[in-house]
This record gives sequence, C-alpha cells and structure tokens, in this order.
Amino acid sequence: MLDIRNLNARVEETEILRNLSLNIKPGEIHAIMGPNGAGKSTLGNILSGRPGYEATSGEIEFNGKNLLEMDIEERAREGLFLAFQYPVEIPGVSNMEFLKASVDARRKHLGQPELSSFDFMKIARETSKRVSLDAAFLKRGVNEGFSGGEKKRNEIMQMMLLEPSLCILDETDSGLDIDALQVVAAGVNSMRSPERSFIVVTHYQRLLDFIVPDYVHVLAGGRIVKSGGKELALELEAKGYSWLEDEVA
Amino acid sequence: MSETSPQDFKHLALTLAGAQESAPWLDTLRFEGTEQWLEAQWPGRRTELWKYTPLSSLQRGQFTSWGSAQAYTLADEALLTLDAIRLVFVNGEFDAQASSGDAAGVVRFSQADSTQQALIEANLGKIVDTKRHLFASLSNAWTQDGVLVHVPKNTKLELPIYIVHISTPEAAAATANHRVLVLLEESAQAEVIEHFVSDEQQQNGFVNSLTEIQVGANAHLSHYRMNLEEEHLIHIGGVHINLASDAQYLGFTLSEGSQLKRIDYQICHKGKGAHAGLNGVYLPRNKHLLDYHTNVEHEAPHCTTSEVFRGIIADSARAVFNGRIHIHPDAQKTLAELSNKNLLTSDQAEIDTKPELEIYADDVKCAHGATVSQLDQTSMFYLRSRGLTEKQARTMLSFGFINELLQDLPQQAVREHLHRHLTQLFDKDQFVS
Ligand SMILES: Nc1ncnc2c1ncn2[C@@H]1O[C@H](COP(=O)(O)OP(=O)(O)OP(=O)(O)O)[C@@H](O)[C@H]1O
Ligand SMILES: [Mg+2]
Repeated sequence: MLDIRNLNARVEETEILRNLSLNIKPGEIHAIMGPNGAGKSTLGNILSGRPGYEATSGEIEFNGKNLLEMDIEERAREGLFLAFQYPVEIPGVSNMEFLKASVDARRKHLGQPELSSFDFMKIARETSKRVSLDAAFLKRGVNEGFSGGEKKRNEIMQMMLLEPSLCILDETDSGLDIDALQVVAAGVNSMRSPERSFIVVTHYQRLLDFIVPDYVHVLAGGRIVKSGGKELALELEAKGYSWLEDEVA
Repeated sequence: MSETSPQDFKHLALTLAGAQESAPWLDTLRFEGTEQWLEAQWPGRRTELWKYTPLSSLQRGQFTSWGSAQAYTLADEALLTLDAIRLVFVNGEFDAQASSGDAAGVVRFSQADSTQQALIEANLGKIVDTKRHLFASLSNAWTQDGVLVHVPKNTKLELPIYIVHISTPEAAAATANHRVLVLLEESAQAEVIEHFVSDEQQQNGFVNSLTEIQVGANAHLSHYRMNLEEEHLIHIGGVHINLASDAQYLGFTLSEGSQLKRIDYQICHKGKGAHAGLNGVYLPRNKHLLDYHTNVEHEAPHCTTSEVFRGIIADSARAVFNGRIHIHPDAQKTLAELSNKNLLTSDQAEIDTKPELEIYADDVKCAHGATVSQLDQTSMFYLRSRGLTEKQARTMLSFGFINELLQDLPQQAVREHLHRHLTQLFDKDQFVS
C-alpha cells in the first residue's frame, strides 16, 4: 500500500524528517505517537503533497506508484486522504457543493459515473447521520463556524464519502468529547477492510482502545525511534517519551 | 478612433436628446439639466471623483442616435423568474408586450396623471446630488420617460417591482436614458429590482441611468440593482437615496465589468434613526474598467450604515472602489461600518480602493477597512487534497468569496438567478485563470 524508504524532508528551510522508513500493507492500522513538534503532521503533509513541504531524498511508493511525482489532487484521486489536524474554514463555499465535487472527482478517476445531485444528497445525508452531524451542516459553508469537534466529524464524513484506500488521521481525536470520540472511532472501524489502511496520529492511548492498531510507532526528532505492537501505546502512556530518547542516544 | 473633445461631446450628447418627443411638463428639468451639463467641468486626472476613471472610451464612442426598441434575443434564463410587476425597456423604449402586471402608484412618466405629474415634478432631480454625479445633469437634460413607484402612507406593495433594461446593438452607436423615481411615504413598504441586461451580441451603446429614492419616515425599501450587460456597453449609473427618520433602505448591487462602467451610490440620512444597508459585488475581467463610488451622508443622529463591497478583479481588468462616509456635526450616536475586500486573480489585475471617513461629530462609532488579497493557499491545499483540480479549487474559492454576500439575499429569485449566472461566468476559463 505505502512504502516510505529513507525519507528526508524539510519545511521551508528546516530539515524535519530524517531517514524515515515505514511500510504499510493493505488492511493495516498504524498508530503514530510522539512529542509535539516531532514531525507527525509534517509526514502527513509530505504524503498529501502540501506546498512548502519538500522531500529532499528517499522514496515513497503508493499503490505501486511514485507518490512524490503526483499532484495533490492526483494523490487524493488515487485514494490518499488526510484528515487535517486543523480543518480549514471556507465561508461562502457550500459544504454540499464541495463534497459533491470531491466525490465526483474520485469517482471519475475510478471510472464510475457521476452521481446525480439527488443521489448524492441522499448519500451525504446518510453519511452525516453516521457521524452524528445534523444534515443542516451540509448546507453551511465548509467548516464555517463549526465547533472543533464538528470540524473533525466533518473530516470523517468526507473520508467516508470518498472511500480512500489510505486514510491519514492527524489528531482527529483532539478536542473531541467522549461521545464524539466513539462516533469517530466507530466510523473508522466501519471502514476497516482488507484493502484499506490507516495511519492514526494521536497523543492519547484512549483512542487506541477504540481503534485498535496493528503497529505503534514513536516519532521523535523527525525519525521513528521505536516501533511495536499496540502494547507500546500503553507503555508510552505510563512512561512518557523521555526513556526512548535515552534508549536512542 | 479619435476622441471627441469634451465640449463637442457635451453638445453632441444634447443634440441626441433633441430628437425625442418630450412631455412639456418636464421642460424645466430638461432646461436646468442642459445648463448644468454645459457648465459642468469635464473630469480630468485631477478631478478627485474621476481620478482613476478616464472617460476616453465614452468620447471615442461616436454616438449618433437615440436608442429605440429593436428585436433582441436574450440568453436562456437571462431574466428573473418571479411574480412581479414587470416593466421592460429596450434601448430606453418601453416594451409593452414584454411587460406585465400593474399596481396603483406604479406608472411611467409619460402615462402619469396630473397628481402623479405633480409628484414627479416635485421630486425628480431633487434627490440627486448633481455636484457629486456629473451625469445626473445629462440625465435631467435627457429625461423623457421613466418609472415612478409611489407607495402611499401605511401601504405595502404586495409584489416586487421588476424593472428590466435591455440593450441591443443598433445600426449606429446609440444612447439610452433610464430614469426611476421611488417615493415611499410614511410607513410604506416596497421592493424594487432593477436589472440591466443585454442581447449577447457585441454592444455599441451608452446607457445613462439614474434612480432617485425617497424613503419616508419608518418606511422600508428593498432595492436590488444588477448590471449584467455585455462587455462593450458603456454604463454610467447613479442611485441617490434620501432617508427620513427611522426609514430603512436595504440595497444590493452587482456589476460585471465592461469597457467603462461607473456606478455611484449616494445615501443621505436626513432623519434620525434611519438605517442603510448596502452590499455590492463587482466582477471585472478582460480589459474592463469598473468603478463604484459610494457616499453616505450622516446628517441626523442615531442613524446606522452598514456597507460591504467585494470585488474579484481578473485578467487585466481595473476596478475602482471609493467608499466615503461623512458624519456631520449633528449626527451623534452614528454607527457606521464599511468594508471593502478585493481578490486579484491575475498579476495584471488592478484595484484602487479608498475608504474615506470624515467625522465631525464626537460620539460616533465608525469602522472601515479595505483589503486586497490573493486566494488563500491553505484553502487551496484543502480543496485540492480532496481531489479538486487547481482550477476547480480557484473557481470554488473565488465564488465563495462573493457568495458570502449572495447567499443571504432575501429575494430568492435574485439569489438563485445570480447563483446560476455567476456559476456559469466562473466556469468560463478566463475568469479565475
Ligand atoms: N510551515 C512551517 N514552517 C516552519 N516550520 C514548520 C512548518 N510546519 C512545521 N514546522 C516545524 O516542523 C516541526 C514539526 O512540526 P509538526 O507539525 O510536523 O509536528 P507534530 O509532530 O505534528 O506536532 P504536534 O504534536 O504538536 O501536532 C516543528 O518544529 C514545526 O515548528
Ligand atoms: Mg501535528
């Protein structure tokens, strides 16, 4: 699914990711944890092609293709999805029109016919229900005036509509109340399939009780300093990150 | 083509009007207009009100005739679909066949009875500030027909008044004069929609339009004015509004660009407690020149003004926005806000924006601001990360920028019409390229 080999990346002029390698097979869930500023969001941004983020060396293969050569929208159409840590508010652009355009783009890429407005509306309404967002949110501007938790649920709704093959969730659990956390987790779990993989970036072991990962990685100082199974998250919860730095050093 | 000198242009403009048949009871207005027009100083680069807007394309225009109704073909859905009293003019001439419905108090000048004539005489040309609007005197000189909307005390017009001005190309470049007078008496209510549209063929005309509005005490007017003409048409327009105490004026204006378009709004708070809301959108592209000048005079206390203008300037177009708010010494407790935001979608696009606050009272709250920006990069990335192409994302964001003003319009027919029309415009390659 995704193969990152010896990736070095920088933001503006600063080197952030160092010699990072990560291999994700179809159907797997990988959790990435690590201290603030470690480079977790940078990884998501590099994967999705955000301007200003540059891979200086290394390779990334996504579904057998060279990801780094693809445009932002090509990556999305190929099935890569990044749920933003800070979703963007776009007043004046209706959520519904935006969602339909993105779903149309993905369907077209997959050789599927465009959905009629009516059919899309039906699907969008059903999906908004699954993330407990009132259908009225579909008519508002994209994330306009949404609360923090509503924005995160809107991200998950987009993910459900787009049916990506690789979902990167960047701290989707931050700022969620307990109920919303369960809604998001249930959404992710309902999408688990042997063909779909997830990268879940989080600071909290709590989320991983609901979304059980196959692997947990610790990203610190721009590299993966430790990888393990789901029990690693518990260990981190108990001990923090400092012991790892000692271990690496 | 060479430019006619200002003096020649003035004379030429007047001879054109001479060709009309005229109602004698409007002679005084016409004479006064003629005099003022001839005496008025022709704008040059040092004329503050016309600094960025040369009239050269008007002087090059070779106008030789007076507009007359022609056969026309409008694009599908070019007009609003709504239940309204509809008055259609083609090149300034009334088109009875395309018009429909009537209401007491809504009449063309040429059909006015003696009471209505008296009302027109008493108000026409009296609300407009000819000093700030040069072409008002030409309009006065030219006045023959027009529309009077008169709503008596405590009366509400049930249907909107929908006034359509259609322009078509004519054998020789022609001029047309559009005149509207709206008089709302105490506690009256009405909705007026002015719609300028044209046959899709290349235009060669010059339209001078002037709307005067008196909103009486506690009366309420909703007013839409849309300039959606073909890009060669020259349009110079003015809207002048007087507000009595506790009157409310809610205005919306939208203009596509053309080789020369200049629109003036002047709002005078004459009585205390009045409110004016004016939102506007301008969308010049190609080599258009589009100029909005607004001026709000706060002459009485406790009045409020809220004004929001947004423009998207594409290609090598130039836009001018000048928003002046003048608070007189007596206008204590004024609340006035003016915001102007511009989006430039090309390196060649230009905007000259200038909000002007002049405050001579001490107990007032005023805010004004103007910004010029490009599309937000984070938003661009967000949309593209969901599979939209760069162009789709640009289109969506640009549309969103003005849609913030469109989406809340109370008149559904206008809202939907503009949504559809502008979606098409934005889908055209050149607009947000
Ligand atoms: N656009 C940028 N310009 C300059 N520096 C940046 C930019 N984006 C990220 N950085 C820097 O890169 C480093 C890694 O940031 P990143 O956002 O990837 O951290 P993170 O692991 O996601 O942290 P958090 O847990 O706080 O979200 C930080 O030092 C950050 O300041
Ligand atoms: Mg982060």
